[in-house]
Amino acid sequence: MSDAVSKTGRWIDLANPTRFLSLAGAVLPWLSGMTMIVLAAGFWMSMQAPDDYQQGATVKIMFIHVPFAWLSMMCYTIMTVAALGTLVWRHPLADVSAKAAAPIGAVFTALALITGSLWGKPMWGTWWVWDARLTSVFVLFLMYLGIIALTRAMDDPAKSAKATAILTLVGFINIPIIKFSVDWWNTLHQPASVIRIGGSTIDPSLLWPLLVMAIGFTLLFFTLHMMAMRNEIWRRRVVAMRRVAARSAERRPVQ
Amino acid sequence: MGALFLRDIRLGLRAGGGALVGILFFLAVIAVVPFGVGPDLKLLARIGAAMLWIGALLATLLGLDRLFQADRDDGSLDLLIMAQGRHLLALTVLVKCLAHWTVSVLPLVVASPLLGLFMNMEPAAIGATTLTLLVGTPAITLIGAVGAAVAVSLPRGGLLVSVIILPLTIPVLIFGVSASYGAVEDPAPFLAPFLILAAITLFFAVLGPLAAAAALKSSAD
Repeated sequence: MSDAVSKTGRWIDLANPTRFLSLAGAVLPWLSGMTMIVLAAGFWMSMQAPDDYQQGATVKIMFIHVPFAWLSMMCYTIMTVAALGTLVWRHPLADVSAKAAAPIGAVFTALALITGSLWGKPMWGTWWVWDARLTSVFVLFLMYLGIIALTRAMDDPAKSAKATAILTLVGFINIPIIKFSVDWWNTLHQPASVIRIGGSTIDPSLLWPLLVMAIGFTLLFFTLHMMAMRNEIWRRRVVAMRRVAARSAERRPVQ
Repeated sequence: MGALFLRDIRLGLRAGGGALVGILFFLAVIAVVPFGVGPDLKLLARIGAAMLWIGALLATLLGLDRLFQADRDDGSLDLLIMAQGRHLLALTVLVKCLAHWTVSVLPLVVASPLLGLFMNMEPAAIGATTLTLLVGTPAITLIGAVGAAVAVSLPRGGLLVSVIILPLTIPVLIFGVSASYGAVEDPAPFLAPFLILAAITLFFAVLGPLAAAAALKSSAD
């Protein structure tokens, strides 16, 4: 019986912020160490990768642009799962996770747009075009900013959590649009070439560094996300302690 | 539900309801465009449909924060939420959205042919733009209901509603404008984007009230 309890209880155990903090404290050094190793290996492999026969050295922008773009979508998906966690299971850490992920996702989206723009200038001859993929990612960036604005607008985290969760769920419509925009509309942005039926169209010499970089940046995301969640829990504790202190100060008789 | 519809319409038409301000804002936006791009009639005719759509979108967003705010101020919003045992709250939200659309957005659609004349548009383009506005603007109101419900407990949520709603309304704008152009320019189709626009409106007629009802419920307690 105790076995069954511990099995079902594992996910709920994390609901206790103290347990989450101890877990984060144990996992974070390993996670950040792995991030550094994989990212260093990825950078080294990117340096060693040959130039493209058409694009020259600018093809190396791909090694950071593609992971940023993937992560910007993955981060929003994680926020959507967290929003479901807030609304359906009422997991107390879900809104902490969503709130912590939003600024990181916004930064990754901005970096994807900037690196894409830098890549587009030599390849397409322009910094920016209003094609479907670029526009939908730009909309994603605006939605991140709107969600951040909404979470910062309310004092009470419990209230802002539900409002933000609903907004996040409604905004998830954009993610399939981004993913399939290159297939539905005839755009300047190239269609999916890494993960597709019939194998990748990218040469292995360029594909391997890309995959290592993608894993490295994903690890970086989880490290940053966990640190941000830990900060958020600590911040809430400080606020709660200040409130308790203020209340007890009122009660103390004036001497 | 019928009583609620009539009540909201009466409240909206009364002075201070803000319905007239939306039309004036629409008029002002359209009047500013020729000053910005210059009085070139050919250029105005080409961008006319897009300008009408942008003006209508902004004017619709302007009045959205009033959707639940006034009811919250006088307490009737709590009564509506408490009545969800008898009526589905999402249905109440839908009726409120329809009343809001009738009072403050339908006048924009009616005024748009006149403003189309200002923009030197052809009769066919004016008709197509008015038709797409008629079909597309309910979607903006229904998406906006989510934003208005989410931000209802904020003291100054008006600007925030516009900011968080604007990215979600971009598909409506895209298909509305492309359908308007499709009616005039030859190779572009009219029916396909028009049907997608109608589909977006129907889709948000379901999703918008449900999400807004959930947000209102959580803001009440």
